[in-house]
Amino acid sequence: MAHPKIIVVGGGLAGLSAAIKIAEMGGHVDLFSIVPVKRSHSVCAQGGINAAKNLKGEGDSTWQHFDDTIYGGDFLANQPPVKVMCDQAPGIIDLLDRMGVPFNRTPEGLLDFRRFGGTLYNRTAFAGATTGQQLLYALDEQVRRYESEGKVTKYEGWEFLSGVIDDQRVCRGICAMDLRSMAVHTFPAEAVIIATGGIGAIFGKSTNSVVCTGSAQSALYQQGAFYANGEFIQVHPTSIPGEDKLRLMSESARGEGGRVWVPKQAGDKRDAKSIPESERWYFLEEWYPKYGNLVPRDVATRAIHKVVYEHNLGIDGQPMVYLDLTHIDRATLDRKLEGILEIYEKFVGDDPRDVPMKIFPGMHYTMGGLWVDFDQKTNIEGLYACGEADYSIHGANRLGANSLVSCIYGGFVAGPQAVQYAHNVIKSGHHPAQHVYESERKRQEEINTRLMNNEGTENPFLLWRELGDTMTKNCTVIRYNKNLRETDAKLVELIERYARVNLSDRSNWANTSFVFARQLYNMLQLARVIAQGAAMRDESRGAHYKPDFPERDDANWLKTTKAYFAADADEPRFEFEQVDTSLIKPRPRRYDAAT
Amino acid sequence: MANSKTVIIKIKRQQTPESKPYWEEFELQYRPGMNVTSALMDIAATPVTKQGKATTPVSYDSNCLEEVCGSCAMLINGQAKMACSALIDHFKQPITLEPFSKFPIIRDLQVDRSVLFENLKKVKAWVPVDGTYDLGPGPRQSVQDQEEAYPLSRCISCCCCMEACPQFNEKTGFVGAATISQVRLFNTHPTGKAVKVDRLQALMGDGGIQECGYAQNCVEVCPKDIPLTKSIADVGGQVMWQAIKDFFRT
Repeated sequence: MAHPKIIVVGGGLAGLSAAIKIAEMGGHVDLFSIVPVKRSHSVCAQGGINAAKNLKGEGDSTWQHFDDTIYGGDFLANQPPVKVMCDQAPGIIDLLDRMGVPFNRTPEGLLDFRRFGGTLYNRTAFAGATTGQQLLYALDEQVRRYESEGKVTKYEGWEFLSGVIDDQRVCRGICAMDLRSMAVHTFPAEAVIIATGGIGAIFGKSTNSVVCTGSAQSALYQQGAFYANGEFIQVHPTSIPGEDKLRLMSESARGEGGRVWVPKQAGDKRDAKSIPESERWYFLEEWYPKYGNLVPRDVATRAIHKVVYEHNLGIDGQPMVYLDLTHIDRATLDRKLEGILEIYEKFVGDDPRDVPMKIFPGMHYTMGGLWVDFDQKTNIEGLYACGEADYSIHGANRLGANSLVSCIYGGFVAGPQAVQYAHNVIKSGHHPAQHVYESERKRQEEINTRLMNNEGTENPFLLWRELGDTMTKNCTVIRYNKNLRETDAKLVELIERYARVNLSDRSNWANTSFVFARQLYNMLQLARVIAQGAAMRDESRGAHYKPDFPERDDANWLKTTKAYFAADADEPRFEFEQVDTSLIKPRPRRYDAAT
Repeated sequence: MANSKTVIIKIKRQQTPESKPYWEEFELQYRPGMNVTSALMDIAATPVTKQGKATTPVSYDSNCLEEVCGSCAMLINGQAKMACSALIDHFKQPITLEPFSKFPIIRDLQVDRSVLFENLKKVKAWVPVDGTYDLGPGPRQSVQDQEEAYPLSRCISCCCCMEACPQFNEKTGFVGAATISQVRLFNTHPTGKAVKVDRLQALMGDGGIQECGYAQNCVEVCPKDIPLTKSIADVGGQVMWQAIKDFFRT
């Protein structure tokens, strides 16, 4: 039988998982990535990976994991694939364990588990506080093994530009650009898997890596792929504000006992350690006695926002609250959290073992993404998506430590599905006409030529700052329709100004600002999907919160938002799809209740 | 210095792998908490030299900006460092930025470090699992074994150890500390051990572990404090025993 060739775009956990499955099934993988895959954004995941292995005698079960995930996502996720993921999670952990991930151990030599947000069980396996890095390396090593056997060909230092989609609306490969020579090429394949991760750059500063622009997802959306639930953006409650990015301070800090507080007295100038217990306000513990500091992220983020902006109790009047670990002994902290404490120490200069950390919410994750069915298939035949780039699993809010498992699960579904599809393509004997590739390459080269020779006055980096400021201000924690409409108008203005971009660098070799300017256009188009989707959804659900519509509205909005691109009007259009709630009946989501 | 209003940065630039390098000087607005990557972002937004000459944004590798992806390694005031965790306050001005000197230049501060990934292939730096199907949990491991393996597994492939090593050059073809430390990691793993002999044999001969001159620069520059010299000593012993075994077998 012929070996199907499958293109995987993105070398994070999702892409590598898909690549491993494809290679194992006898397919050949062309693996595309902007950065060497070992440097993908998955390395930034810190706290751990969820699986209900029930090794702590708590009576945990995969059903309970499933229920926590659906409830945490405020019932917006289609339930069947979430259940499958939770059922497979313990097996995924076992596999990672066999691949050599140095998970923390119990004295008996078994995997250790800790607590994370949105659950009452110790369900999170972890490797220090660099779990994402350790998981990514394990998969990277397996892919390197397949690479040395000739089953995987890596294209590192390539930027995905578009899908090659024929007249029958079937995806036949991709068009990509070599980031050194800037040459544009097309690559044929029987199927394509998009695993290009998050979209943080649309919000300017976020916890995401530089490559997380959403450019690939946006390009495909503009080619006819549905983009679903774009308005659901996770703002992580605890990040470290920085000059170049917001650095994540993992939820595991709270999982290991970290407490969030502010001084009860506004503008209290005293040193944090000298403020007595009685003069500290542990507002999460007070408001949410059952979950305490481990409420889901959307809940914690809104609480911090409220304390800072409504109670005016930010530390020293600044938008910051304390995340305190100083009551935990140093040895425990070093054993379980060293990686993240080191980040705080290096970038802020204080030792969080001695002084409470100063943190504030920061844009972290998109629950939305390319629309896929339960087999990770997009609405374009031959095109699959997995990981953060797709919209499934997390609904209106993702639980901590569920992203790593969803990436691997998604890749493990997308890979085999793509192989099966590819076999059918080969059997059908249909070969796409060469002109399909030619015309896509020409289309992309024309975009490049136009951008390179553009005469104008706009600076892409400054346009990007405006984009980030607007999106962060109006499309994150608290949303008002008036502001969302203004945001969309601003985006239209930015797209118009983009047409007058003038590049300070017009060279044809490793031109990073040129590449960035290309990504920026796609960011602007995708930002409209987020802003308009948010404007439309008149309810509050998970991470999407509108003070003017404070309640969840299942009668009208228990629906998946599906955006598609109207090329003639150069704007998004929307349709809605019922959510599959066949397994767990939606119920009110209340973390403040004492029961 | 830390309180001055501006920051002076001198950057060694090079348009293409073949063209001549040249220096440019920039004067930037100082902000508290500023690091080298945010300075490079400022230059990208307003690419004008201190002398007022319009120039181009600087090419450099970066991704996570929190010292875990290994991308943004460069020479900062002559030392191999990660640009993201290099806080401006910690450096004497003017701050000089240069590309790594021992790797092929792509452009400006960008170099090609793929040699490390090739080396990892040669030493089979992976655990040879049977497959991804469900085979139950992995081998049990003691807390102590995990605590020994974990620091080694935090190597971010930044190549600082190779840049700083006097023996890492074209003449010796030395594989470098990062790869050797990965050999130690996988040779310790209960399943990884299966291809231990292949790994050790890959470290014999020209460019192998015996090229190490014990300068100990590697361990000093490692941003992740990996015990690289201990790894070299440990694997050096393993290679020696393997060589003796191989000698008597042939």
